[in-house]
Amino acid sequence: MDLQTCAADGRLDVKARQLPLRGTPAAAPLNKPATPVSASRPTQACSRPAVEISHLRKTYRGLIAVDGVSFAVAEGEIFGILGPNGAGKTTTVECTVGLRAPDTGTIRLLGLDPQADKDEIHKIVGVQLQESSFPAKLRVAEIIEEFRSFYRQPADVTELVEALGLAGKRKDYYRSLSGGQRQRLSVVLALIGAPKIAVLDEMTTGLDPQARRDTWQLIEKLRDRGVTIMLVTHFMEEAERLCDRVALIDAGRLVALDTPAGLTARARGGKRVRFLPSAPFDDRLLAGLPEVTEIERDGRHVVVTGTGELVNAVLFALAASGVTAHGVQLDSSTLEDAFVRLTGKHLTEKGERS
Amino acid sequence: MRPLAIALPTAPRAAFGKLVHNEARLAWRQPAGLIAGVGVALLLLIIFGVVPHLQESSAQLGGLSAFEVYVPILIAFVIGVLALSYLPGPLVSYREQGILRRLSITPVPPSWLLGAQLAVQACLMLATVGLLLIVSTGFFGLSAPKNLAGLALAVVVSIAAMFGIGLVIAAAARTSGAARGLMAVAFYPLMFFAGLYVPVQVLPSALRGISHYTPLGATVRAIQYSMFQGFPPAAPLLVLAAYAVAFGLLARRFFRWE
Repeated sequence: MDLQTCAADGRLDVKARQLPLRGTPAAAPLNKPATPVSASRPTQACSRPAVEISHLRKTYRGLIAVDGVSFAVAEGEIFGILGPNGAGKTTTVECTVGLRAPDTGTIRLLGLDPQADKDEIHKIVGVQLQESSFPAKLRVAEIIEEFRSFYRQPADVTELVEALGLAGKRKDYYRSLSGGQRQRLSVVLALIGAPKIAVLDEMTTGLDPQARRDTWQLIEKLRDRGVTIMLVTHFMEEAERLCDRVALIDAGRLVALDTPAGLTARARGGKRVRFLPSAPFDDRLLAGLPEVTEIERDGRHVVVTGTGELVNAVLFALAASGVTAHGVQLDSSTLEDAFVRLTGKHLTEKGERS
Repeated sequence: MRPLAIALPTAPRAAFGKLVHNEARLAWRQPAGLIAGVGVALLLLIIFGVVPHLQESSAQLGGLSAFEVYVPILIAFVIGVLALSYLPGPLVSYREQGILRRLSITPVPPSWLLGAQLAVQACLMLATVGLLLIVSTGFFGLSAPKNLAGLALAVVVSIAAMFGIGLVIAAAARTSGAARGLMAVAFYPLMFFAGLYVPVQVLPSALRGISHYTPLGATVRAIQYSMFQGFPPAAPLLVLAAYAVAFGLLARRFFRWE
């Protein structure tokens, strides 16, 4: 959880998140050229969806992997799929790109059926799979050239390779690449055919923070060119920064589908205030307030959980007893909180967050 | 959009060239196959060639010298090693590593990669067979093949038959290790019936009869005939063609891309 250093910042944050910017994440409202982009982007209402999935169901030997998932991705949208391990994200992706046939339900990519129209789908959809590898003794440039030759109108290789930081690695054998470099190569290969739809399954897993930010920039650039992007991730920061909308998937079901800001707002059912009291006080002083649900002590600090005008109520009650609250911190909800609230699970191990 | 797509091939043809180029690079950079197949055959040929009494014709071998008997056997050896080991090996590991799966979501079907593998292996086989013939005629006094067309045909159907068997191994083996095991199980008996350990001419007639119906036994028979007598009889060619068709169909039925 992000702890905002003062209540005022917390409130500002709330406003930013509720701006009707089609899910522009508030985490980076200033460094994102939102206006021209959103103006040129088609909205869901006025164009056919790039990806349309309805009632997708897939079982493996009786185990339900995906259980009736439906959603539509607008053209030019960055659509995130979030969920804990085993939630059915990868199965959804594999059905979407035609690697697996759904048991029931329909999938359309720009009106095409991934099972019946494979040839067309393969020309317009670029895919990065979670587990993919290439022959150990081919050089990076050789693999890239091979994949480039598969497409009639390939993307600009130099630009892609530089954006993903592989320019100095062209002559290296695949086997000598680090995990992160392999990952970036697989993103290059997903985008090399200049796809209309890019499906990326955990594209930044294993990347260092700088490489991750570079990859995000590339994805934003692609979106600005009208590419539709379906992004499986378990990095909250990634979803908040990049995604126009996010689907939360848990145990094969769609739990929620909203903008990152919308999901975060849903999680804001509870609030939490943390402060250092100027003098000891009796818990009953706050426990009696209607806004307060819980009081915890963390060393000399006090953490109060509750609802409504919690901060005002707490500060007022303390002041009335002659106690001043120092270093007041208000918890702001994040997508992670939304996730925990909606599924009862944590998305990732704590250490895995960047 | 769709009628146009049907008129065009799925992917640019140049893609096949790139696949062949990269498969050839891989064969060159992982020279185990070259050494095991080409190197060993050439070494044996030279050893047989320089030992003087192996050049003397023997009544037991039907008037041929031991050297003359072994040239067709070494040709069969090269085709056998490359088809049984260095064809299934890469294919199974490509499947294990998800490379075939990754290809299946590009405009290039994974069968193109298989085609590229076959092309590279076939070129390697033909070049080695040519090299063995040039070395044995140029340096060790082997007479020029009696019927070059018959020889070429025998080599081609033999390659087709052994590719069929190699692809069935690739279809049956889930892991590279399993492919190596199956290769060994198939290779040593087949080489026995090709006469690598004991020339077929000196085997008991029952075993010789079996040999005629094994792929490498039929290969040796057809190649020997075209080298020393004339156009090979239909029997070994048909045996090889039957193997090619039967195993080709089996492979087609059971090969999995992922």
